[in-house]
Amino acid sequence: MADMSAALQQQVHDAIYTRMPLNIRGGGSKDFLGRTSADKVLSLAAHRGIVDYDPRELVLSARAGTPLAEIEEALTAANQMLTFEPPHFGAQATLGGTIACGLSGPRRPYAGAARDAVLGCKLLNGHGELLSFGGQVMKNVAGYDVSRLMVGAYGTLGVLLEVSLKVLPRPAAILTLLHECPQSEAIRRMSQLLSQPVPVDAACYHAGHCHIRLAGSEQAVQHAHEQLGGEALEKCAPFWHSLREQQLPFFSGSKPLYRVMVKPATPPLPLNGAWLLDWGGAQRWLVSDEPLDRIRAQVSAVGGHVSQYRNTAHDAEVFEPLNAALFNIHQRLKNSFDPHGIFNRGRIYPAL
Amino acid sequence: MVAATAAINPYTPTQEALLNGLFALLPATAVLTDAEDLRPFECDALSVYRRLPLVVVLPETIAQVQAIMRLCHQLQVPVVARGAGTGLSGGALPLGDGVLLSLARFQRILHIDPHNALATVQPGVRNLAISEAAAVHGMYYAPDPSSQIACTIGGNVAENSGGVHCLKYGLTVHNILMLKVVTMQGELLTIGSETLDSPGYDLLALMTGSEGMLGIIVEVTVKLLARPERAQVVLAAFDDVVKAGEAVGAIIAAGIIPAGLEMMDRLAIQAAEDFAHASYPRDAEAILLCELDGSNAEVSEYIMAVRHVLTQSGATEVRTAVDEAERQLFWKGRKSAFPAVGRISPDYYCMDGTIPRRQLPQVLRQISQWSQEYGLAVANVFHAGDGNLHPLILFDANKAGELARTEEFGRRILQLCVEVGGTITGEHGVGMEKIDQMCIQFQSGELAQFHAVKAAFDPAGLLNPGKAVPTLHRCAELGAMHIHHGQLPHPELERF
Repeated sequence: MADMSAALQQQVHDAIYTRMPLNIRGGGSKDFLGRTSADKVLSLAAHRGIVDYDPRELVLSARAGTPLAEIEEALTAANQMLTFEPPHFGAQATLGGTIACGLSGPRRPYAGAARDAVLGCKLLNGHGELLSFGGQVMKNVAGYDVSRLMVGAYGTLGVLLEVSLKVLPRPAAILTLLHECPQSEAIRRMSQLLSQPVPVDAACYHAGHCHIRLAGSEQAVQHAHEQLGGEALEKCAPFWHSLREQQLPFFSGSKPLYRVMVKPATPPLPLNGAWLLDWGGAQRWLVSDEPLDRIRAQVSAVGGHVSQYRNTAHDAEVFEPLNAALFNIHQRLKNSFDPHGIFNRGRIYPAL
Repeated sequence: MVAATAAINPYTPTQEALLNGLFALLPATAVLTDAEDLRPFECDALSVYRRLPLVVVLPETIAQVQAIMRLCHQLQVPVVARGAGTGLSGGALPLGDGVLLSLARFQRILHIDPHNALATVQPGVRNLAISEAAAVHGMYYAPDPSSQIACTIGGNVAENSGGVHCLKYGLTVHNILMLKVVTMQGELLTIGSETLDSPGYDLLALMTGSEGMLGIIVEVTVKLLARPERAQVVLAAFDDVVKAGEAVGAIIAAGIIPAGLEMMDRLAIQAAEDFAHASYPRDAEAILLCELDGSNAEVSEYIMAVRHVLTQSGATEVRTAVDEAERQLFWKGRKSAFPAVGRISPDYYCMDGTIPRRQLPQVLRQISQWSQEYGLAVANVFHAGDGNLHPLILFDANKAGELARTEEFGRRILQLCVEVGGTITGEHGVGMEKIDQMCIQFQSGELAQFHAVKAAFDPAGLLNPGKAVPTLHRCAELGAMHIHHGQLPHPELERF
């Protein structure tokens, strides 16, 4: 439970001086995400501890190396939770890694992503300066939203030291409804829920069944169950946990796993492979031997994008390439935070 | 000013080239240069700052915006973008030697897609018009700034506007998916996507609230939500503002997230009641308005719970609106608080700090003490759920020195917000108004990083220059210097 800011700052200064790039690492549970790095590890694991948590403020601030499990334990004790239900992908998962990778779980379409929960952060930029952006309040429009820019930047813009998050009370009741149906019908069903005033907080299609999770007050959940029908799944928490952690049998093979992002109502895509639809149809997992180029072409034709997730070589373009104008802005932004190019070189794109 | 003296040519050669270029690119009705035509654009809703622009342009197409930007970039002429001009921080204040680019003619709703819960609209579309257009699908656009009948979605994105429902539904940044943006160089960028996230950096978050400093927003795709089955509001009166503040924390501790949670103090209640006849209890020291929404059953359940918490917290009276008409009436009082205060005082100055809610008693006590010291009354209106405080300082600009005293009082309030862990602006933006307070909120390192971010988009510094982020020199030279945790905010700079 220590503040290692000064030591970390010194290591960044050393890296600037020696021009030795750093590979920022929390618990190492997300090493498989993004492109691989052979650079020297800057470990955040010892920089840990919850700095401030007052349940009445709905805000929690913690150091980047704090294990996600520790944060969730503290929240549970106060009957609260992280809004974005992040996957851990391992017991060592830290807050910093989760935010840097911008990871969100099944609740994301209905309660917001990791970036939506972030209120502020402290970071070291590529000059070795310790900077503080945003804050611990819900509404804050002073200065550019650098805190949210850090979410999903995979550590390429700076070393996250501390993050403040908005948290929420746990729902009083949770119920999962099952409907057996083909994929196309599940897509329609999940899409229709978007314009209905029902307390849905997760929806996925897996193994021939549409799973709809309701969350809210006892009465709200019961009322929605009557409205939507379907068989209630007893003890549904393990299912959503396995989905979030990619521990369902669907994820266990050795074929390439792709993350396909599309508009939720997009009809089934003509690509061979096995599909699991999460986020109400907006995040689709594809296990497939199809060539990446063909997958990208099909998905971009419907306005979506693809990233390689597991069981592929992580040294090429893992994420959807950007057009020249956008990439140019990315490079200039990277340069504005990390002019010496010492943070997580190439983790997102080879030239970033 | 400009063009008023017709006898002599008032323009420099660059300005001549600019105007000739603009007239070549746009129809004559889309380029305004006469002083009387420029006058409506001289300020936004913060009317203490006024300045006529060199020229106003009113393009109608993205291609025209790109051409205007290329021309301005080539001639190195600064550009200020403007929506409906309802902003409260002077963000759309024109530059005397610059172009004022109005997006008012971008008024079309391009696409409403209930199946994917999104709508694509042009930036000049009014906030409320989106919800009106989506209503046929049982959907709406959640952020509802108080100016929503007039303010535009483009301006909402530029300011990251909030509203009374942010605690539950978030700010603009939480409710948009994609932007089309024209850079200072005239390049068209698509930022974000129609899917829930996008490859690369979260430029969508960076653009939101960037106050026209990074690009011109020419198209916005927003997220739509299902309209809740029912909304109901509970009004509670308190004989002490501190008790009201504690009740707010108690509601949240009970696990309830209201759709809106607003607080008003005695002066605000009385002004609103005189103006709107909202049946507020006039003798209360504070009232809370707590709105709950969701399914019928859920709302009934939460109302019972909230009434219980409010009573336990020492409310002297708890009333649930009996019908939709009374609900609207309760809100009418709150929503007319600003004009109501405008009636009881020649002028008022609206502050916009945010604080951690637990600091409310301390902050209100201090404001009340300063109010007596300065001899200036304050009405407090508070988005209590998310800690966003709007003290309205009552003054008379015609009395010598009152404006200056008011501004000093305001500065101290914002400084206090920062000291207790909050911020100088919750939703109105920095603009011109709070540029000096940015020196209190941030140290040189953060400010330098902001300038570097801006330079990544606009290296020549031509987009809305002089707003939102102060130069380090300005901070150093300003009296706004203060000692924070025993440290000068900008120790590396020389003091003059």
